[in-house]
Amino acid sequence: MTPPSLATASTSPTGQKTAGGWRIRLATALMLAPMSAWYFFLLVVPLGILLVFSVGERAPEGGYQPGLTLENYVNLSTRATAFGNTLWMAAAGTVLCILVGYPLAYYLATRAGTKKTVLLILVIVPFWTSFLIRTYAWLTILGNTGIPALLEAGGLGRVVLLNTPFAVLLGIVYNYLPLMVFPLFVSLERLDKRLLEASKDLGAGRWATFRQVTLPLTLPGLLSGAILVFIPIMGEYLIPALLGGGKVFFVGNALFDMYLQSRNWPFGSAAAIGLILVVLVAVSFYLWFGSRGRVERQVSLL
Amino acid sequence: MDRNEFLKHYHAYQRGHISRRTFLQVTGLGTAAAVIAACAPSATTSPAPSEAPSAAPTTGAASEAPSASAGIDPLADWTPPQGVSLGDTLELTTWPNYHDPKTLDRFTELTGVKINVTVFGSNEEMLAKLQAGGTGWDVLVPTNYTFETYGKLKLLEPLDLAKIPRFDASRYEARFLMPAHYPAGSPDLYGINKDWGTTGYVINTKHVTKPMTSWKDFWDLARTDYSGKVTIHDYQLTAIGNALKYFGYSFNSVDPKELADAEKLLLDVKPHLFAITSDYQPPMRNEDAWIAMAWTGDAVQLNRDIPEIHYVIGKEGGEIWSDFFAVVANAPHREAAYAFLDYMATPKVAAKDAEFHGYPVVDSAAIELLPDSMKSNPIVYPPADQLAPLEFGAAVTLTDPNRAELWARVKSA
Repeated sequence: MTPPSLATASTSPTGQKTAGGWRIRLATALMLAPMSAWYFFLLVVPLGILLVFSVGERAPEGGYQPGLTLENYVNLSTRATAFGNTLWMAAAGTVLCILVGYPLAYYLATRAGTKKTVLLILVIVPFWTSFLIRTYAWLTILGNTGIPALLEAGGLGRVVLLNTPFAVLLGIVYNYLPLMVFPLFVSLERLDKRLLEASKDLGAGRWATFRQVTLPLTLPGLLSGAILVFIPIMGEYLIPALLGGGKVFFVGNALFDMYLQSRNWPFGSAAAIGLILVVLVAVSFYLWFGSRGRVERQVSLL
Repeated sequence: MDRNEFLKHYHAYQRGHISRRTFLQVTGLGTAAAVIAACAPSATTSPAPSEAPSAAPTTGAASEAPSASAGIDPLADWTPPQGVSLGDTLELTTWPNYHDPKTLDRFTELTGVKINVTVFGSNEEMLAKLQAGGTGWDVLVPTNYTFETYGKLKLLEPLDLAKIPRFDASRYEARFLMPAHYPAGSPDLYGINKDWGTTGYVINTKHVTKPMTSWKDFWDLARTDYSGKVTIHDYQLTAIGNALKYFGYSFNSVDPKELADAEKLLLDVKPHLFAITSDYQPPMRNEDAWIAMAWTGDAVQLNRDIPEIHYVIGKEGGEIWSDFFAVVANAPHREAAYAFLDYMATPKVAAKDAEFHGYPVVDSAAIELLPDSMKSNPIVYPPADQLAPLEFGAAVTLTDPNRAELWARVKSA
């Protein structure tokens, strides 16, 4: 609800613009200008270039040659495995992050007490190291001299952990967990504990309370965390490149190959546009799913 | 002249503020050197006798003017060019494990130019970056088959050989130097050889007990006995080329039917591979992989540290290649780039560098200076019968869209 003063600043009850109206509009325009310029030159223009490239042709030595063909989009089907891999691993990674992150956030919000700040900082500290180094460390841990050696010494036989989907999922959860924990933590902290007490008074067991009170109320936090994790994973390149060893392939890796190995810029652009569309569809689905039950719970959130 | 004054003049000379002539004059070293050279017996046969008498009367500086390559003793140490401002950085784009850090540090010591090294695993990536522009690179290390494309796209500059006086084409085998002339047969030279080598595969004989001598063994055993322990290059030229060798086709084939066969083989093998990577030394050292498609120098380095690792050149053939130093067109630090090429063309420097990276060098004067252990190492200098079936990479493989797309398809499958 906007405060009354702002609402009537530019229009009087009869709908006519008052004298101070254009100044406010000018001020708003000036304040929005830098951001709009940023978005225009760094988002809209590159997207436009991508679209133009994606209907072009590959120059003989590689690169872009002007043209008008939909062949690149048709050929995207050859990369179906990469798209499929990315989708299922992004979804799996998000679910795993939720499964690991929710209990952690719950503990931090409700039971941690005085240790809360320290533990929160501990969750963030790995982010202070470079992303590359953190992922590279897993190469040693999952390689022959790491965990598999321990497992073999323990008599469990030789297991290959590196360059498998397992390794890539591990890398994803490891790198994106803080992005999931923080929205969840905020959402859980804002939860009115009296509602939980009320639920208990009314006779609900601990599990029923969780399912019917806590979970629905923290759904916004859950969805923000899920989107914060899902979208970057769809564009991941480094984790599958390092931990997948060329065998687990994401769209990011396919794009890298198309631009730097095949040097087929039109095809790469088509794949990039394809990825953007896929992510848009997935996120729309998320948002629709999240807003389904939102109307009824609106009151309790306040 | 006391010590401090001498050092002051020395550092001024090093930075290029005074010329060598002035330095030698001021410190009196020129005269001293001339006197000693005139009195002492000459160590080498060629240039010394003519140098000594002319040096005696005047300043010693005149005797060592590096005007033509014939006048420079190939066995002498390298000295920075005088009167040329080299700047303070050099961007070198090269391959992994390809340079002795000590060699690069020595260059920085002698010239004050810091070298920033960027590493790539394939020529395609280097070309893609240069095509996109704005790289800021000065020196590139391309492979023999790329010069046609680089020349056509004008991404490299034809070398100004006057700035590389220590390069003497007569010491370089024609078959290795020829690809750097673009167009073929013209006198324009776009690169000077760094080294040459072969592409084969390394096997860790501690675990690999079956005899392996051919590409057929490589691709078959990768799918059966040694499944999960094999890596191949992330590089279309060698991965597709060596798959073509399995069928006995040419390494450089662009025939669609032959490529289709190679694609089928690659797709069949892919689930059995440990990784598709051009950085295979860590998995080999870790024993994550027991067999890896490899280049000569990596095989030498691995064998040096882990003697059970042997190098195999496929009987059916494969690739023989040569890498070059080239100067990128419109390089921001052009003078430093030429100084670096001159430095690496010095036989002593090239030989010392080779002792680290293990690749066979092309310069005959440098080969003379190698230790016997390297000259007789069959990995470094394989016997002629093993080299006979090998082919040089062809320029068409770099630009053929089918080969490039095939490789991208295999990787995304």
